[in-house]
Amino acid sequence: MSEQLDELKLTALAEIEAASDARELEQLRVDLLGKKGRVTELLKALGGMAPDERKSFGELVNRVKEAVASALEVRGAKLAEGALAAQLAAERIDVSLPGRGETLGGLHPVTRTIQRIERLFGELGFATVEGPEIEDDFHNFGALNIPELHPARGMHDTFYVKNGEMVLRTHTSPVQIRTMAKMVKEGRNPPIRIICPGRVYRSDSDRTHSPMFHQIEGLYVGENVSFADLQHDLKTFLSRFFEREAEVRFRPSYFPFTEPSSEVDIKDEKGRWLEVLGCGMVHPKVFEAVGIDPERYTGYAFGLGVERFAMLRYGVDDLRNFFNNDLRFLEQFQ
Amino acid sequence: MKLSYNWLREWVNPSVSAEDLTSRITLAGLESDAEPMAGEIPTGVVVGRIVKAERHPQADRLQVCEVDVGTGSNLQIVCGAANARPNLNVPCATVGAKLPGGLEITQAKLRGVDSSGMLCSAKELGMSEKSEGLLELDNEAKPGTPIEQYLSFADDILNLELTPNRGDCLSVQGLAREVGALYGLQLKRPNIPNAVVEGHAQIKVEIEDLETCPTYTGRVITKLNPKARTPDWMRERLRRSNIRVIHPIVDITNYVLLELGQPMHAFDCDKVSGGLRVRKAKAGETLTLLNEQTVTLNNGELLIADDRAPLALAGVMGGAESGVTASTTSIFFESACFASHAVALTGRRHKLNSDSLYRFERGVDPGLQKLALERATQLTLLICGGQVHPISQAGRQQAETTIRLRHSRLKQLLGVDIPAKEVEALLARLGITLRNEINNSWLARIPSHRYDLRIEHDLIEEVARMYGYDRIVAKPYAAQLAPTRLPEEQRPLARIKDQLVSRGWQEAITLSFVDPRIQSVLTPNIAAIPLDNPIAETLAVMRTTLWSGLIPVWLHNHQRQQKRVRVFESGVCFEERDGRIVETARIGGLAAGSARPEQWGTTVRGVDFYDVKADVVALLGGAADEYRFEAAEHSALHPGRSARIFRAEQAVGWIGELHPLAVKQLDLPEAPYVFELDWNAIQNVAPPKTKSLSEFPSSRRDLAIVVDENISASEIVDVAKQSGGNSLQKVFVFDIYRGKGLKDGCKSVALGLIFNDYSRTLTLEEIDRSVAEITQSLDHKLKASIRT
Repeated sequence: MSEQLDELKLTALAEIEAASDARELEQLRVDLLGKKGRVTELLKALGGMAPDERKSFGELVNRVKEAVASALEVRGAKLAEGALAAQLAAERIDVSLPGRGETLGGLHPVTRTIQRIERLFGELGFATVEGPEIEDDFHNFGALNIPELHPARGMHDTFYVKNGEMVLRTHTSPVQIRTMAKMVKEGRNPPIRIICPGRVYRSDSDRTHSPMFHQIEGLYVGENVSFADLQHDLKTFLSRFFEREAEVRFRPSYFPFTEPSSEVDIKDEKGRWLEVLGCGMVHPKVFEAVGIDPERYTGYAFGLGVERFAMLRYGVDDLRNFFNNDLRFLEQFQ
Repeated sequence: MKLSYNWLREWVNPSVSAEDLTSRITLAGLESDAEPMAGEIPTGVVVGRIVKAERHPQADRLQVCEVDVGTGSNLQIVCGAANARPNLNVPCATVGAKLPGGLEITQAKLRGVDSSGMLCSAKELGMSEKSEGLLELDNEAKPGTPIEQYLSFADDILNLELTPNRGDCLSVQGLAREVGALYGLQLKRPNIPNAVVEGHAQIKVEIEDLETCPTYTGRVITKLNPKARTPDWMRERLRRSNIRVIHPIVDITNYVLLELGQPMHAFDCDKVSGGLRVRKAKAGETLTLLNEQTVTLNNGELLIADDRAPLALAGVMGGAESGVTASTTSIFFESACFASHAVALTGRRHKLNSDSLYRFERGVDPGLQKLALERATQLTLLICGGQVHPISQAGRQQAETTIRLRHSRLKQLLGVDIPAKEVEALLARLGITLRNEINNSWLARIPSHRYDLRIEHDLIEEVARMYGYDRIVAKPYAAQLAPTRLPEEQRPLARIKDQLVSRGWQEAITLSFVDPRIQSVLTPNIAAIPLDNPIAETLAVMRTTLWSGLIPVWLHNHQRQQKRVRVFESGVCFEERDGRIVETARIGGLAAGSARPEQWGTTVRGVDFYDVKADVVALLGGAADEYRFEAAEHSALHPGRSARIFRAEQAVGWIGELHPLAVKQLDLPEAPYVFELDWNAIQNVAPPKTKSLSEFPSSRRDLAIVVDENISASEIVDVAKQSGGNSLQKVFVFDIYRGKGLKDGCKSVALGLIFNDYSRTLTLEEIDRSVAEITQSLDHKLKASIRT
């Protein structure tokens, strides 16, 4: 009987080892340990044995049963491992292929520059304000101390509409007039801290002039706002915008709506001075035009050309690139 | 304005290079640069006197000249210039001379005749771009004098681009004052004596309105030598300022203009009838100007007129009739101060420009007229001879200008405390004297040439300028900041743009004026605003729609092999409504080409309405439910593939495919999809108010119905929503089917219905009842049947 048992064990283990997949192994389990399995059949034979014999033979059979069960488990695990490896190998993809779907668009460099400047001044408490692009003479010129026939008008090659009744604004300065006048009308008092980005128009077109471009006007009015404050704020702004401690100089200049007036130059990497913005202390006539007491309040104003800042920051060498909207140019700003 | 640096140096000599000088004055607010007068200085060129000139035996157009170059033995030189003649002094390049451009003069033979040098034109000496004939020199020039010395080639040209407020610096005198102030140097003025009056001739002068002409002076000079020649030194100075030599008298007026800053005019006395009057033009008067242009005056231009007719446009240009000519022997010099607005008005109206107008527009020292008149007289006697007559004069004495300056105000405005003594010293350098007043203030006396200084701010700027802007130290300040208002419902435009960018759209910025030909196809019924003075026909009207700019952007890129284009723009559109200009902020886009970038593993299809609609709906944000897309007709859009977008009852924009006719008229390669929304109408989205979430499971039922083709999806969804009861959470279309198994003109729409309740799990019976209600309503209202 025990030889028979040994033989069964050897055969079973060999068969288990030879099983090539999970299904075959399951078949073997049923065949060996199932209700009518070969090992189970041997246990059934115990019923007809003498107690002594039953005990010793029972132990042997159980040992065989355990050995078979354990072999099945080991083999099962191994087969599962192999099956997983095969599945993973079969499911391999080429991860170097590009992803599918939509690609990223991009913001126009002028927008990107305006947003950057808005953020920098926003942290100094400057709110963004906008105004109309078709202006009347009063807001574009008169209130800014540029009377008719003033030679400064010659500096603004103006576009007219409605038979000269209205103009396309030549700068963003009218927005400071509108903002101050509104404040006075609503009975509020300074401080005012605003920046006014937007499109402006001059009837001039060549490599360095576009008939439309963007400006950002800045205005800070309060008690005791000084020229020193102006220098501080603009120098800080310039170093933050360009992310370098650029040498900056303030050079006396003339704008009808500021006094003292100044141009601001920064030194580029090659040591050349580049004019980047104009600024000054708000002219008392401008305050008078909007009804603010020039004795009590002082203020500074500045105006910068957005395209100029974008050109310096991103190395754009031709102004016309901004308005040709060639995707090969724009896509560089993703 | 261009000026010779040597000339300036006669007035004030700071002993620095021209380059250093211009950078210093640039920092003081006079933007300028300098360049050498001559790029290359010729060598071996001397003053030569043509002693004899005879026709070349072999060539009609050549002359054989005998030239005295001061060496004792004359040179024989063959010359082709028409103005070569005996007793003429000209530059003579001797053998071995080097001319600008590298030409070296050698002994030569021209058509068989020996030539030992070359007689030169101004161009050959590198003095001008072009020239006619030999450069003629003064008769007094000494043969043999090196030309570079005679004409002072070692000079620099100062190029000044002055701001309009500094008209006082538009002369040697004005610039010298400023340089003197900056370098702390005294001016050396030329001696200008009052001329000895010998005659009694006088032309009476009158001023109609002192507001337009505060001062008018003039003088008659007779017995002029009509053969006089403008001397070389004056010619050279004028030339270095780009002023043409015309006639000795005219040249003298131009010289005084450059030297002192006073524009002058000379009338031929014989052409003046009676007295002169400074008056406004009457409508219809005409005048032929020195530039041969005839202007018809239309009331108000300031004139100089005699008893008969207008003679000159005051401060702008003289008349041809009364001007000096080659035969003039007596003149009336005018030296006047005209108000800038009066001169500017004439210039603006008749589109005229002149050096005189340029200066009067910017202002002329009201105390300068007599000095200038004496200077012109002095130069006239020197060059043309003549007899001097008394000065005629009208106008008023200029009142002295004084301005109050407070030390406290200076400190407040500049943010720096400059000691009182220093303030006084700084202003003194500009000729401004301060007198102490009470309360730490001064009364400043302004010299007449600083007519640009009118108010305290102006003086403070002068202090700052002389002190140095760079010394006004930037100082940080303690800002009194409060958080800015941040209304959450106002969505920032920047965020909307970022969303479009994330969905593959590229932002464009196009000009606000567009091609009327394109725009009239797109919005024929909107009154566009034309520019009075467009720079090009294709940029002649203000845009009424962003599409007018985006279509050309697409074409530009399409022509450059970029077939898939998705561009958007935000900005203002303009139109005229009831005579008023209306500006509307919009955001719009254009998509053409394939729906997706070309990529592996997907089929390529063109972009369609629904691709763009998804992006538009994304723009609407959390308020998308408030919007309806209604089939509607737009002149530029395909009537079957366009929708007007409404927010509640307000029309806020359009989306659609471009109309085939528009595609044809604009000659487009295909029909793009476009959208446009009013930014102000879509900007606001109320901050979310959240609802509680149901703890109970939801159930989904799908329903396929067959309806007439003309029933829209939104009608079906609306009916389902209205009839589905409270527990119907959501209805959506998940498929549309047409074709086999359906009647023509019908479509099958598959609806997904989601049921859920907040307090309990719905029973099957409840859901069945709701679905039955929906089915019935669809049948009843839309004649929809269940698809089996």
